[in-house]
Amino acid sequence: MGPFAHTMEWGTTTVYVVSFIIGIGFGAALEMAGFGDSRKLTGQFYLRDMTVLKVMFGAVVMAAVLLGLFSAFGWIDMSLVWINPTYLWPGIVGGLVMGVGFMIGGFCPGTSVVAASTLKVDGIVFLIGVGIGIFVFGLTLPQFEGFWLSSNYGHITLPEVFHVSKGVVLIAVVFVGLFSFMLAELSEAKFGEGMQGHELHILPRRPLSWAAVGLLIVAAGAAALKGEPTGEDLWLRIAPTAEKAIKDRTVYVHPLEVAEITRNTDLYTVVLDVRDEADFNLFHLRESRRVTQAQLDDPGFVKKLSSMPDNTVFFTVSWDETAATEAWKKLKARGLANVYIVEGGINNWHRIFPVPPCLGKPAKGKHEDETPYLTYFRAVGDCCNTAYPEVAYKQIPTDCYLEMTHDPHVHSAAGSKEPEGPDVKFKHKVKLKKKRAVTGGCG
Amino acid sequence: MSNSRGGYVNPYLSGAVLGLVLFGAFWLTGGGLGASGGINRIQLAVAQKVVPDVVDHNAYFAHTAGGSKNPLANPLVPMLAGVVLGGFLSGLAFKRVKVEVRKGPSISVRNRLILALVGGIIMGWGARMARGCTSGQGLSGGAVLSAGSWAFLMAFFAGGYAMAWFVRKTWN
Repeated sequence: MGPFAHTMEWGTTTVYVVSFIIGIGFGAALEMAGFGDSRKLTGQFYLRDMTVLKVMFGAVVMAAVLLGLFSAFGWIDMSLVWINPTYLWPGIVGGLVMGVGFMIGGFCPGTSVVAASTLKVDGIVFLIGVGIGIFVFGLTLPQFEGFWLSSNYGHITLPEVFHVSKGVVLIAVVFVGLFSFMLAELSEAKFGEGMQGHELHILPRRPLSWAAVGLLIVAAGAAALKGEPTGEDLWLRIAPTAEKAIKDRTVYVHPLEVAEITRNTDLYTVVLDVRDEADFNLFHLRESRRVTQAQLDDPGFVKKLSSMPDNTVFFTVSWDETAATEAWKKLKARGLANVYIVEGGINNWHRIFPVPPCLGKPAKGKHEDETPYLTYFRAVGDCCNTAYPEVAYKQIPTDCYLEMTHDPHVHSAAGSKEPEGPDVKFKHKVKLKKKRAVTGGCG
Repeated sequence: MSNSRGGYVNPYLSGAVLGLVLFGAFWLTGGGLGASGGINRIQLAVAQKVVPDVVDHNAYFAHTAGGSKNPLANPLVPMLAGVVLGGFLSGLAFKRVKVEVRKGPSISVRNRLILALVGGIIMGWGARMARGCTSGQGLSGGAVLSAGSWAFLMAFFAGGYAMAWFVRKTWN
């Protein structure tokens, strides 16, 4: 399953070699289309030569349909594919400026490289200009940085904007593409050079062309019918390796390591608590957030988590491990990176970190799975020190705190002291992984 | 569909080939195609040598090339090298490798080159404003159905059509 740079964990050299080969295909495709010729390119905007529209839209439609098809059938994991983030207004202003630059200079950056490679002097000069323009952008950016960072909608896609399935968007893209090709033919017949007296053909003439159009529609239809993979489909794809990780317990992280990671200022920790609200209110880890089953099943929610910085470590937690493990599976299936489970859940947490006497006492009777190990006297949320053992006990002295430390000397000394956890040996398991081998775009 | 004119491959066929390459880029590496990113990194590598102080004291430059960072250590750089080779090979095959300046009949070579430089500067600036050029933002973002990339593509064409009348002498 693609993208292979990630799923097969390619090294840098392999990624570079593959990128080089892709570049050769890219350059050749642009050159054979005539994109090394500025006059042919700009013909698009005088309606005489619609090659730019045909090639670009053709390529986008082709790639979009193939990606949709491969995603639907589980041959590519789209959660590992780079989706350009939407900064709406900077993108629109940038696009307008580029349109102007294109008409003045005759190229876009990629095509000028191809023109330069076939020794077109205007292409070489344009390319130098692009380098200067980028440098000027960097120098002038402080003047309008606020605007450049504005209207950020994240990695949002058309299906999310229009609230329709991806299949519907794909079919629409195919038909809009085909329709625009017909308009392009019409336009060339009217304004094209040397086209006078030619017959107008807005429909494909050769059987092979008809077959290609048919194939495109069938592929988009198949992707739409098959639909985007559900959470369960996604889980089944990764189940063999993920089940093994659960069995080997490599994803269960000791509470002491959780505290250690929370303390690590190079990392950002997100604890997702999957218990219901009443249980959450009884006691939860500091700065943990409660997530509902509906959220876990929502691709948009997981996508938001996924777009957090690369140094984010996620933990799921419940009373014991069963519910947290189920949540972990759902997050993992949707491609969330660096997600782990708090070993033994909240109950184990209480066994590791000292419980203030006013919080509760061990429950009587046989312990049932996913029930509290303590009988809580009252709901404290995260207002007690054991909720954040990563910080030395220096926070607001709650009544629990006062009960525990009568010695004023301890109070004043706290804060300068490194927090000390209980002296327990544990194995470190969290290994930060990059979310993607390659981030695309022009970053 | 129209026959190939001027020795170029049928645009629909070229589009399909380009689409396959684009899809292949995603399937293999997870990232699409990009051109201005590579140009940016080469530009920074030059700037790092010539004006290291400017690079180090500008957050935008320093992010990629500050201090001892190597701006060339990115897959977009070998990709750009591939584009040069691929374009050259295709140009050889179709006998289009030739030192020349492409322009409309009513503009001088000197003016055409000045405009190429000016247009390039505007294009480079705009491509960074838009966070990607026609390849990285338009093609790649379009294929993964990124909402902003489609808005960008429409803006790009709108900008081109709005400007076309003013520079008609350059091309017609």
